This record gives sequence, C-alpha cells and structure tokens, in this order.
Amino acid sequence: MKPFNIQSFWNAKRKRKWLGLKFSDGLLFKWILYALLIVIGFVYIYPLIHMVSYSLKTLEDLLDPSIQYLPSSLYLQNFIDAYITLDFMNTLGETLLVTLIPALFQTLVASLIGYGFARFEFPFKKLLFVLVLATYIIPPQVTMIPRYVLFFNLGILESIWAIIVPATLGQGLFSAIFILIFYQFYRMIPKVIDEAAQIDGASRWTIYTTIAIPLSLPSFLTSFLFSFVWYWNETYLNRLFLGGGGETLLLRLLNFASAFNNLMGGDYANEAIRMAATLLIILPLLLMYVVLQRLFIEGIDRSGITGE
Amino acid sequence: MNKKTPWYNRIYRVEKQTLVLFQVLRIPLTSKVREAFSGYAFISIWLIGFLFLTAIPLVESLIYSFNRITIVGGEGIQLIDVGWQNFITILTNDLTFIEQVQQFIWEMIIYVPVIIILAMVIAILLNRPFKFRGFFRAIFFLPVIITSGPVVTELLRQGAGTIPSLSESGFLTIIESIFPSFLAQPLVELFTELIFILWFSGVQVVLFLAGLQKMDQSMYEAAQMDGANGWETFWKITLPSLKNIIFVSAIYTIVTLATFSNNPIIAYIRIAMFEGAKGYGYASALAWLYFLVIALLLLGTSLLLNPKEKRIKERKTYQGFQR
Repeated sequence: MKPFNIQSFWNAKRKRKWLGLKFSDGLLFKWILYALLIVIGFVYIYPLIHMVSYSLKTLEDLLDPSIQYLPSSLYLQNFIDAYITLDFMNTLGETLLVTLIPALFQTLVASLIGYGFARFEFPFKKLLFVLVLATYIIPPQVTMIPRYVLFFNLGILESIWAIIVPATLGQGLFSAIFILIFYQFYRMIPKVIDEAAQIDGASRWTIYTTIAIPLSLPSFLTSFLFSFVWYWNETYLNRLFLGGGGETLLLRLLNFASAFNNLMGGDYANEAIRMAATLLIILPLLLMYVVLQRLFIEGIDRSGITGE
Repeated sequence: MNKKTPWYNRIYRVEKQTLVLFQVLRIPLTSKVREAFSGYAFISIWLIGFLFLTAIPLVESLIYSFNRITIVGGEGIQLIDVGWQNFITILTNDLTFIEQVQQFIWEMIIYVPVIIILAMVIAILLNRPFKFRGFFRAIFFLPVIITSGPVVTELLRQGAGTIPSLSESGFLTIIESIFPSFLAQPLVELFTELIFILWFSGVQVVLFLAGLQKMDQSMYEAAQMDGANGWETFWKITLPSLKNIIFVSAIYTIVTLATFSNNPIIAYIRIAMFEGAKGYGYASALAWLYFLVIALLLLGTSLLLNPKEKRIKERKTYQGFQR
C-alpha cells in the first residue's frame, strides 16, 4: 500500500478546487458560506419551529421532559380548540375588512400624492415634502389623543372609519413610506412623455390615469402588499381606535387566555394551545408570503428607497 | 338675452387666460401657474389630511400637555390649565416612565448597531452567487411579514426568543455579573430576545443587498489589480458606498422599534390616557417627551451617520428607468 503522502494528496488540482484562485471562489469558501447561512437562517426561523412543534403537543407531551421538539403523535386538537376560541372564520373576515380597505385606499392616495410631488413644480414643494417625511418620524402617540377626541366627536370612533379616514387622507400607518415609493418611481418617468401627451391635448389627469398608473402597477402592488401586512400586524392603534367595534385576529390573541377560559369552562389555555392559536393567526400571512415572496423583496429593490 | 352664469363663477372663473377668484383676485394663467395648480390638486388630499390629522392634532396635544383634562358627559372634554405641572410631575415623580425611557435609550444604542451590522453581514453573504440564494433571502425577509406585538409576546412568554443553549449555559448570569447594571439589563434583554431583535433586520437586509448589487464591479477589479485584499476592499470600497443605506437603515430601525406595539413606553402612554389620576393631558405630556427622546436619537444618528457627499442623481435615475 502506498504510504499517505500529504504533499501528493494536497496537489495543485485539489488545492485549486478547494481554495480557488483567491480563496473566495474555492469550494471551502462556499461550504463556509452555506454553513453560516444555514446557522443564521436556523436562528431566524427557530421561533417558528418552536411554534409548530409545541402546537402539536398533547398535555402529556408538554409535561414529559424527554420530548423536546418531536411530539409523540400528530395531535390536532389544539388547533381545533384555538380555532373555536378565536372564532377564526368570522374574525378573519373582520380582520381582512379592516386591513384590506385601508391598505387599498392608502395605496391609491399615496400614488396620487407621490405623483403630485414628483411631476409638478409648485411653491413650497420642498417644505411640504419635508413635512411628508416628518410624518414618518412623528410617533403616532403624539397625535393619537387629539385624533381620538376628533373621531369621538365625529362619531366614527370604534368603527372601521377610524382606520379608513387617516389612510385615505395620507396620514395612515407609515403613509410617508408609500408616498416616497411612488415619488421615487414617478420621478423616473421621462418628462418628454408628458409633454408629448400634452401636445396631443391630454389633461394632467388623463396623463396620470393613462400613462403613469399603468407604468407604476408594480409600485401599486408593492405598496399594497406592505400596507396590507403592516395594517394586519398593527395592534396598538387598532386597539385604541377600534376598541369594542372591531376584533382583529391579533387583538383576539391578546385576550386569548381569558377567552379560552370562558369558552372552555374554566380550562386553562396551555402552551400548546396558545402556540396553535399563534400559528393559526400568522398562517394567512405565511401562505401569502410563500406565494408572493418575490414581489415583496423585489418591491423594495424597485422602490428606490435605497437611494434616498 | 343674458346667458345664465353658473353659481361658482362668483368664486372662480377663467377669463382670457386669467383666473378670477372671488370676483377680485386676478391671476394670469401662465403654464407655470397651471402646473402649480395641478400639483396642489394632486397633493390636496394630503394637505387636508396633514392639516386635520397631523398638524392640528400636534398643536392640540401640545395644548393638552399643559392642561388637566376631564371628560364631562355630554359636553366633551374640559381643559384646566396647569402650566408645566404635567411635565414636572413626570420628570420628578414618574419613575416608571423615566426608567422605561432610560432603558429604551440604552436598548437603541445597543440594538441599532447590532441590527445594522447583522443585516450588512447577511447581505454580504447573500450577495455571492450560490444556489438557493432566493430561498435564503426569503427566510431572512420572512420576519417582516409575521412580526407583530402579540405574536412576539406569545413566543417570548415561552422563551422562544433565544437559542436554548444560550440561556442554559449560564452566559446571561456572567453578563449580569460583569457589566454595570444599567448596561447589564439591556444586554441580558438583548440575548433573551435576540431572535426577535434579529427579526427586525429583514427590510434592512434587502436594502443592503440592493445597495451591494448597484455597486460598480470595476472598482473591485481595479482594487484587486492594485493588490488590495478582501478586508481592505471591504473597508475602503464596500463600506463607504453603503453609507447612505446605513443611514436610512438606522433611521428605519429606530422608528420601527420606537413605534412597535410591544414597546413598554407606548403601552404606558395609552394606559395613562385612561387612568383617572392622569388622563389625556398627562398622556399628551408623556407622548411629547417621548417624541423629544426619539427626535434626539434621530438627530444623534444623523450627526453620526449622515452621508456628506451627494450621490450622482442623474446616473441612478437613468439606470433605474432602464430596468
């Protein structure tokens, strides 16, 4: 048998393959890269793994210290209990209502405003645009109390209008970001297109509806998706403004323990049931993300916020 | 016979390229003026919203903060001027708020760099060509979709916010014993909530990735020719050209963390709002102080990170449109 010779084993060919020309194109580097990404990626989704694993556990599994991640059987009762406690279908409908409508209005209005700032010159434009950006920095807590009083006086408190009205007037959740997305996009369209259309007799509004909107459909999609997700995940202002008038899924999760207690005749909501409820609540978003994942990420790329 | 004029002609009418407002004010309709009107027409909805839902409430809440507010049934709210009393009470007596704000500031000082550095590292890893890139990118972006107050609360309650071995190894007790208490607490919190802090980096990863991909490859080639190694090119080329994005990410991170519904300060403000002894006035004062803290943090960030050199706008705009 030939004795093992490190020199001949570690020959130029192998060296080239593993270390590459400058290390960063070698195989070793690639393995390190994968390892790093897998480790970090695991940390990122660890809470989800925890959630899925716990939601399938029976009470015995929870108490058994030998069972850590893999439940002893496929136990779905937790989901059924959580589904009933959350009144899932009805709450989902309501959540969609208070999420989709504001998101839609917010997107449409942000497009109008962004177009106004991007395509026209008018006095105080710079100042007003700075104010748009300022609305992003002003914490909602400062304006929420007067808004609360205002909505109360208008009689729209504890109704969906308390969410729709700010969204429609460009003062909704992170509206400034969406205005900025549209502003960045509309600024990129060459002015000559407008001029050509104007010579053909198109009004500013016609130009906006027939040229700008079709070109900016991707921005509409991005804005709508993000607006939807952010409104869905919002609980602070929803809780204040919707109060008893609306129950979103996430607001129900806040009171899950007591609701479960009432519904199940004094039973205590254990960890497994709570995790099942949490999973049920993020499930619609997860499903949407699986399908539309590319749109979300490429949307940010395209939005041009990176250049600001 | 006289043609009947519509009612609104008293308010505005157009006469031979001149706009007549209220019968008196005459504005020549040059193309510039027309453009200004169109511009204002497009942003009018924002102007109305800003006026009634941001500007006026801002002033109102400032007024509230100098008042004690009682709600009288049927008559709405009643203001009693108390001068600076609310602010004095908060700053001298409200230990909960002061402590929360202190902790918030320390958290920002620690969390924001952690989030940004991590986002940058992930983006640099993702920027290399390899298989499953889209898959990994999707994982790092996933938290943006599902992070919300109640979900994080539920997961934290079960200790899913940290990697189990980290808390079992006694690592946290070591931190507690080494650092002074004002630093130890945010640090311990950093590690017990580590994953959820990382969860706030999704958007930033994508921002950095976009920044990296827009970078000019020939710069790297030139640097390589001159004998620069990876370390040097990172500090001399990559980092300086990411300056803008670091700044934007820092602002984004601070604003997101400051308004996230799990933030104890904003929860405290809402509780104060409905508490008999405190009420709207006191809560408004709290909100304004909180605003001040955030504004100072943002100011500090922009002094520290604000990119000085102006980017070349033309080229980017052109490239953007090409895509």
